[in-house]
Amino acid sequence: MIDYFLFQIFPYIAIIVFLLGSILRFDRDPYSWRSKSSQLLRRKQLIIGSILFHLGILVILAGHAVGLLTPIAVFDALGISHGAKQILAITAGGIAGVFCFIGLLMLLHRRLFDPRIRINSSFADIMVLVLLLAQLTLGMLTIPVSMHHLDGHEMVKFMEWAQHIVTFRGGAYAYIADVALVFKAHITLGLFLLVIFPFTRLVHALSAPVGYVFRPYQIVRKRAT
Amino acid sequence: MSYFIDRISYFAQNREKFSGGHGVTTEENRAWEKAYRDRWSHDKIVRSTHGVNCTGSCSWKIYVKNGLITWETQQTDYPRTRPDLPNHEPRGCSRGASYSWYIYSANRLKYPMVRKRLLELWRRTKKQVGGDPVEAWKTIQADPILRQSYQKVRGQGGFVRAGWDEANEIVAAANIYTIKKHGPDRVIGFSPIPAMSMVSYAAGARYLSLIGGVCMSFYDWYCDLPPASPQTWGEQTDVPESADWYNSGFIIMWGSNVPQTRTPDAHFMTEARYKGTQVVTITPDYSEASKFGDIWLNPRQGTDAALGMAMGHVILKEFHIDNPSEYFDDYCRAYTDMPFLVKVEKQGDRFVPGRMVRASDFKGNLDEDNNPEWKTVCFDEETGHVTVPTGSIGFRWGEEGKWNIVPTDSKTGKNIRPRKTLLGDHDDVLKVGFPYFGGQTHETGYFEPSAGEDVLDRNIPVKYLDLNGEKVPVACVFDLLCANYGIAREGLGGDNVAADFDENIPYTPKWQESITGVPAEKVIQVAREFANNAHITKGKSMIIIGAAMNHWYHMDMNYRAAINMLAFCGCIGQSGGGWSHYVGQEKLRPQTGWTPLAFALDWVRPPRQQNSTSFFYAHTDQWRYETLDVDEVLSPLADKEKWKGSLIDCNIRAERMGWLPSAPQLEENPIDLVKQADNKNVDPVDYVMDRLKSGDLRMSCEDPDNPKNWPRNMFVWRSNILGSSGKGHEYFLKHFLGTQHGVQGKDLGDEGPGKSSEVVWHDEAPEGKLDLVVTLDFRMSTTCVYSDIVLPTASWYEKNDLNTSDMHPFIHPLSKAIDPVWQSKSDWEIYKGFAKKFSELCEGHLGIEKEIVLNPIQHDTPGELAQPDVKEWRKGECDLIPGKTAPSMKVVERDYPATFDRFTSLGPLLEKLGNGGKGIGWNTDHEVEFLKKLNGENKEGRAKIITDIDACETVLSLAPETNGEVAVKAWSALSKITGRDHTHLALPKEEEKIRFRDIQAQPRKIISSPTWSGLESEHVSYTANYTNVHEFIPWRTLTGRQQLYQDHPWMVDFGEALVSYRPPINTRTVQNMLDKHGKESPTILLNFITPHQKWGIHSTYTDNLHMLTLSRGGPIVWVSEVDANKIGIKDNDWLEVFNTNGAIVARAVVSQRVNEGMMLMYHAQEKLVHTPGSKITNARGGIHNSVTRATIKPTHMIGAYAQLSYGFNYYGTVGSNRDEFVIVRKMDKVDWMDEPAQVEAAE
Repeated sequence: MIDYFLFQIFPYIAIIVFLLGSILRFDRDPYSWRSKSSQLLRRKQLIIGSILFHLGILVILAGHAVGLLTPIAVFDALGISHGAKQILAITAGGIAGVFCFIGLLMLLHRRLFDPRIRINSSFADIMVLVLLLAQLTLGMLTIPVSMHHLDGHEMVKFMEWAQHIVTFRGGAYAYIADVALVFKAHITLGLFLLVIFPFTRLVHALSAPVGYVFRPYQIVRKRAT
Repeated sequence: MSYFIDRISYFAQNREKFSGGHGVTTEENRAWEKAYRDRWSHDKIVRSTHGVNCTGSCSWKIYVKNGLITWETQQTDYPRTRPDLPNHEPRGCSRGASYSWYIYSANRLKYPMVRKRLLELWRRTKKQVGGDPVEAWKTIQADPILRQSYQKVRGQGGFVRAGWDEANEIVAAANIYTIKKHGPDRVIGFSPIPAMSMVSYAAGARYLSLIGGVCMSFYDWYCDLPPASPQTWGEQTDVPESADWYNSGFIIMWGSNVPQTRTPDAHFMTEARYKGTQVVTITPDYSEASKFGDIWLNPRQGTDAALGMAMGHVILKEFHIDNPSEYFDDYCRAYTDMPFLVKVEKQGDRFVPGRMVRASDFKGNLDEDNNPEWKTVCFDEETGHVTVPTGSIGFRWGEEGKWNIVPTDSKTGKNIRPRKTLLGDHDDVLKVGFPYFGGQTHETGYFEPSAGEDVLDRNIPVKYLDLNGEKVPVACVFDLLCANYGIAREGLGGDNVAADFDENIPYTPKWQESITGVPAEKVIQVAREFANNAHITKGKSMIIIGAAMNHWYHMDMNYRAAINMLAFCGCIGQSGGGWSHYVGQEKLRPQTGWTPLAFALDWVRPPRQQNSTSFFYAHTDQWRYETLDVDEVLSPLADKEKWKGSLIDCNIRAERMGWLPSAPQLEENPIDLVKQADNKNVDPVDYVMDRLKSGDLRMSCEDPDNPKNWPRNMFVWRSNILGSSGKGHEYFLKHFLGTQHGVQGKDLGDEGPGKSSEVVWHDEAPEGKLDLVVTLDFRMSTTCVYSDIVLPTASWYEKNDLNTSDMHPFIHPLSKAIDPVWQSKSDWEIYKGFAKKFSELCEGHLGIEKEIVLNPIQHDTPGELAQPDVKEWRKGECDLIPGKTAPSMKVVERDYPATFDRFTSLGPLLEKLGNGGKGIGWNTDHEVEFLKKLNGENKEGRAKIITDIDACETVLSLAPETNGEVAVKAWSALSKITGRDHTHLALPKEEEKIRFRDIQAQPRKIISSPTWSGLESEHVSYTANYTNVHEFIPWRTLTGRQQLYQDHPWMVDFGEALVSYRPPINTRTVQNMLDKHGKESPTILLNFITPHQKWGIHSTYTDNLHMLTLSRGGPIVWVSEVDANKIGIKDNDWLEVFNTNGAIVARAVVSQRVNEGMMLMYHAQEKLVHTPGSKITNARGGIHNSVTRATIKPTHMIGAYAQLSYGFNYYGTVGSNRDEFVIVRKMDKVDWMDEPAQVEAAE
């Protein structure tokens, strides 16, 4: 029952909150759509921590997206075995995870123990870091578990689950009913991060200033008529 | 459109490129940017200013949104100047721009607060005595333990909120009890610089004056008053507006850091430089002003007089003797005392300059019947006869029409040409002695002496005159000056004079090298160019002078050296020229309109006004620690026997002779004294005189430590006296307040009684003289921290008031942009509240009471002719005659229950006695009638003054500067005295009347008035002494001319008849401490210099987050790299800075800016922010004044003698502090004293 809620119902709730929340915030309160950087307050520990964290998290997210959402048939067609994919995931994810972990620790330390940063932090600023660190730790803890089934059959379960969810097929939760608890915790917290996403500084992940590179120097609008 | 939809239709949007693709027109919605735009939107803009102790007087736009102040920007709508002259705007600086932060900050005082121990005591006692507040206060004060219980925790925290009603009740009860028990002159109030917010000052002063309390001076106490100005010109301070810099051809910026401390005016300096004005900067450190200089001279601090003397030497020699400038010569004959005659008196085997020759010295008084002893004489070059020119001070009083300085013989009315020198026409050459101080050694060895005899004998030409039957040699002031400056003149010969600038003889350019460290050739160059410019432009050379020159014990020498340069070159009174003293300027332009309001002259006269320096010297018991002996500052030519005793003795003598004011005044309650006289059916004045003469009654000044003579209640408003201006801070804490202090030195102890001849010595010094300290402020300043009651006042954006400055000719307002925040009230409302409560509580305690008021003999009254000689009634040298040989005494009647009614209406004395100022009076009935219509009438038919705007209108209507009709009346009153018509200066503006709403619309230029010596017109910028030179109105001095020779016996005895160089005094505050702590860790000795702030205006703004961010955020001191290396100080190290006066803890700024041997500590750094404890005192860090102690100078006490007569904030002792040395050591451990305070203090 709890599995049904967490892995069948909750994913949709999380995605709806994530999408609707983000769109509404972007639309209603664009002034608040920002990363809330604390770089002006203190550069110390930020630059290196931030680079490590962002590098790690981007690789991990890309890995999750590609790994979970690419149809199994595609891998099969390309001739990549489940085992190879599993090892690739463990290696790349592991390295990126270490980067991300070090970065996060630095950022969290700075946020908590630099008095100037601490006094300028909201509850959400601190919680986001704590939750990300927890989520990352859970993710890293799955590695030793995965080492026991390097053939990749467990991984296929997650791919099936994810692909069933995004294609609105029933019974998705059943695929992962018997996986190790650490995986379940990791997925649940991941979905929770989607829920809080629109209400935190995480929203900046949706905006990349790519347009700046290509836009003309001067942008004007016509006087409203 | 939705932003989100904009995004998903990104590629579908219509974009037109332009300019070859460099620009693009889009249709996307960017309405969210309104967040940025809203930041700067506002509901209204209100004109106000920052009425802090800053004389910038800048008009600001205050922005209000949703009932909150959002920010402020500079106004740019000052009235225009003239073609070819830059405009004034914009005025303002970073400090003012940060003000809006304060309003809603945590520093803001929000509620009335009372010391918890006092409040509990009060509530309990009041219940005990059955509810009568006056009885309750009496009970508390009667028990020394109860009294001490709250006194000794002053400054240790422990405030609780109280209601306005309760706070007012305590204040009123304390005042009533004090008046009843001790006398009204035991209630004092301190507030500075009324010009910055006139009505707020007037509120407290009016309340105090109505109840008979004492208003304390500030300008002298701050040491911003340059006594050289009243000595030379009989004028407190009058200076050019900053726009006049632009008219100058040559500016010396001397000890004045214009960009840092005159920020809003500095643009005129830049503009003048663009125009081509030559600028020389003279500062010991590489200050921000140095960059303006084409030449930068850096004399050792405190030695400026040596430099000035050397420049004067060059000017006299080259432009008056070798190759005389016709302009200089004519100017000096007409406008200075140079032609006037001085008796040369025999003293041992030499002669000395003595008293100026007066008409009374001749047989038949030269036919002058009126005041012949006050009419000075000179030779007429045309006839060769002695003549009495018009304009000397004898012509000012008792006759009309001859007090002008057109060179005229008073009897014949014929024009004369005063003879400037007797050389060539002399009867004899005499060897005359001049005191020389340059050879004195300094205790620390830091100030190098330039060896020389302590008396320099020099030859001068004299003529013999028959004076009352005696053949007496007389000399011209000019010849004395030339000899004094050490200039060799043909035909005179003699020693100690130089024919060449390279001779090392006082006061040549070569001589000053070893003292100041400035190369002689640079001195010669600057002096020559300065004079040459003045010669070509007819006086357009200017000296901008500042605190760095004035804060020394011998400031008069620094100043007179500079003033002489200007006088020699005919610069005084010329547009673009003159003396620009910009230190704590106090130009309350509508002064004569304001004075009746402020001092309640419409109800009771005279008010009680006290010179603060002497007061605090006596009552904070700094005199008990005095280390400077009188004979150390005496002239080597003076009779030391005459000057036995200590400095406070001199002050006591001055008070008894009516020279300086007293507060408290008499040992007994002045109300009781009148009652006693009435009971005996004698005139109270006679009664007091008789008792004083018999010694049965003493003046309070003779025994300041006797509880009978303590000040009891103190009000502080618009001021932070304990955190900023209180020299001898730790002595204030110890003796005045009776709380934790850092005083390290012992008082004179056993020596005490022996040293002093006039003062009563108590072995046990009192601690805690004040029963009650009440402070009104908008922030929790150091003074608030030490007070018993702290009341939140409306700040400068929350009240209506008036503001003027020396720096520009406009009057403009403070306006109420928002209602006072939280429970704060304007000063006007607060004092009105006191008055109301006071009137209510009077019942059963005070009714209509008579008391006797003592007043010193005042400048600008006939009294200034009272004492041609120094005679003391106390010593039987003359009879006690009030107002003549002693303070004037007057019985006044106070209707105490009517205090509130009187406070809020314009009294009858204006109609009865008229209005006026500076010796000029006029009828003001018309203005009073006008005010009745404007403000409305109360039940008694008097004009109402209920609101702060009513008060503003009262000032504006009564003052000549803001009411053209009054200006014409004032000028015509003066015309009668001078015999020349001056009304043309105001007639074109007769119909102009400036009102409060006018100045809210735009600052208004004031109307020229005889209160001031400059004019505002389409032809000339405001510059001081302009009407003296161009309208022939005399200076208010003995000769009526610029007085370069001071012949008062005290001036002569203290060696200051003429200017000379005097090295800094020995304060003797380091040796004891070196003995005690010198071995603990490496130390250095530094001269302690306290210039004006960069990140604050005095203490205000220094706790403002913006300014803390710009500075290092906490107490700092500047040390040179050389000194820092000596004991291994690195930048930002914590230092302990101490001497016998106390200790400071601050961080080091190690900088090349500072000279070796000097420590700079920006003044008014409080101990509120980031201040650790000191090991020396075991108390928190200290303020900049923790290591200083005031030392008074006898020449500043002189009174009843023409220009040397007392005026409130005008003449009197000054609180100098730069001669001080400190011991500096690095702190190995910084103790933040973060642990909870001791139980006693914490409750």
